[in-house]
Amino acid sequence: MTWTPDQPMVSIKNVHKSFGDLEVLKGISFDVMKGEVICIIGPSGSGKSTAIRCINALNDIDQGSILVEGQEVNAPHLDKLELRKKVGMVFQQYNLFPHKTALENIMMAPLLVLKESPADVEKHARALIKKVRLEGKEDSYPGELSGGQQQRVAIARSLAMDPDIMLFDEVTAALDPETVKEVLVTIKDLADEGMTCILVTHEMGFAREIADHIYFTDRGVIVEHGPPATFFTEAKDPRTKEFLSQIL
Amino acid sequence: MSTRSGAEAGNPSGSLAVLHNVKRPDAAWNEGCGPFRLHGRYGLFIAAVFLVSSAATWAQAGAAQPSIFSVLVKWTPLLFSGFLFNILISVMAMAIGTVVGAALGLGQISPNPMVRWVGYYVTQFFRNSPWLVLLFFCMLLLPFQFNLGGYTVPLPDWMKATFGLALPVMANVSEIVRGAVNSLPSGQWEAAESLAFTRRQTLWRIILPQCIKRMLPPWMNLYAILTMATVLASIVGVSEVMTLTGEVLAAEGGRGDLLVPLYAMILLWFFLYCYPIARWTVVLERKYAVNT
Repeated sequence: MTWTPDQPMVSIKNVHKSFGDLEVLKGISFDVMKGEVICIIGPSGSGKSTAIRCINALNDIDQGSILVEGQEVNAPHLDKLELRKKVGMVFQQYNLFPHKTALENIMMAPLLVLKESPADVEKHARALIKKVRLEGKEDSYPGELSGGQQQRVAIARSLAMDPDIMLFDEVTAALDPETVKEVLVTIKDLADEGMTCILVTHEMGFAREIADHIYFTDRGVIVEHGPPATFFTEAKDPRTKEFLSQIL
Repeated sequence: MSTRSGAEAGNPSGSLAVLHNVKRPDAAWNEGCGPFRLHGRYGLFIAAVFLVSSAATWAQAGAAQPSIFSVLVKWTPLLFSGFLFNILISVMAMAIGTVVGAALGLGQISPNPMVRWVGYYVTQFFRNSPWLVLLFFCMLLLPFQFNLGGYTVPLPDWMKATFGLALPVMANVSEIVRGAVNSLPSGQWEAAESLAFTRRQTLWRIILPQCIKRMLPPWMNLYAILTMATVLASIVGVSEVMTLTGEVLAAEGGRGDLLVPLYAMILLWFFLYCYPIARWTVVLERKYAVNT
């Protein structure tokens, strides 16, 4: 069965995952269509991050199915490298390579993994630097950049692989309040261009503004979901209501 | 300043070391080399011993005996050639130990459990054996010559001693490599993985380049320790500087008053060679502590 763009780009069904005795995911299911922006919110330890880390096989799953463009992630002989070329990921702690400049960070994967020509890669990388509004920082090392700047380099680094899907794992959680906005603007630009995005976030206002669909997780299950217009105002589950009352 | 109420409640002395916010970036990868460090005052002390004992020998010398200075001048070329031999042994043992130890250290972090197991136990065995015992094993177990493609290659004692010293160096380098790799945040691996790097690419392009500067100070420290340990080769009969000093003393008729100045001179040479390395190590440690 080949995947066509009218099918879900990511289809997660009944995913279970335990770390030792702790069952972190207890049957999570959701679909993401091409071009959709999905936000996953919920209290700490509810399995949000684990859920999106399973999508690019950084965590393997115990049970269930994750289809990415029709490819089963939970297959015994999964080609992880092929999967990860399609799925970009941005982390809370940026995880830039500190021994490489901003430009080199962005160029490394296309050069080494995709084996593209250096001239093309550099051209693309400079365009990405411009896109994340970091002109002039090409030759700076990560240690010389602010958290928000580093995070935008990390986003550009993922985009350099031309992924079909971007995963954002609490990407603003480690930032100063002033620099959060510059990163959110970058993500908004991406979403507006039609990039399929899955975000784990604590920025409720941002989720409300950007998301097509919001999922609320608690204790390893999806408690409630809906489009932002109704999710924030007409939450039915008591756990969702309690969480929103604390956050909003 | 370091106490919290919880710490005080649980500990009558009022301080729990584990709760102190002490940054020890070197703890994981420097453990193999111990707390040893050369200080400048050691050198001054050795120099003082050398001068005082020489003066005492000179003052006490009988009319029939050659003066201390003529003895030192006469034997310095021979002794210094012995000292250079020690340096040669140390450089070769370090080179062999580093190459094999690096491979062993990478084995310790291999995804293959069998390779990891072998790497771990080989490292632990040689790291926890006395250097002198390893030296004796090499002297007694290695043949004095072997056949290589029809040629008979001799294996002199000093080369056996070099292998013997390379073994503990290898084990310590293995631990330095393992410790440095493990000291990097796991986010570096994850970021590389999520960019579809293979494990090999991740290790060689992302992880190891960041480890080099973390490994350099403990590696240099290890070299200084190895250099000083090369005199162990005298016990197994290699004609290095300690053996030669003993022979010089015998040739001078076993004069007791020469003992201290001669050995103090050897000490001083080792100090002058190792101290700059130790200083440089400290400078590098400071420099990299700020960057990481």
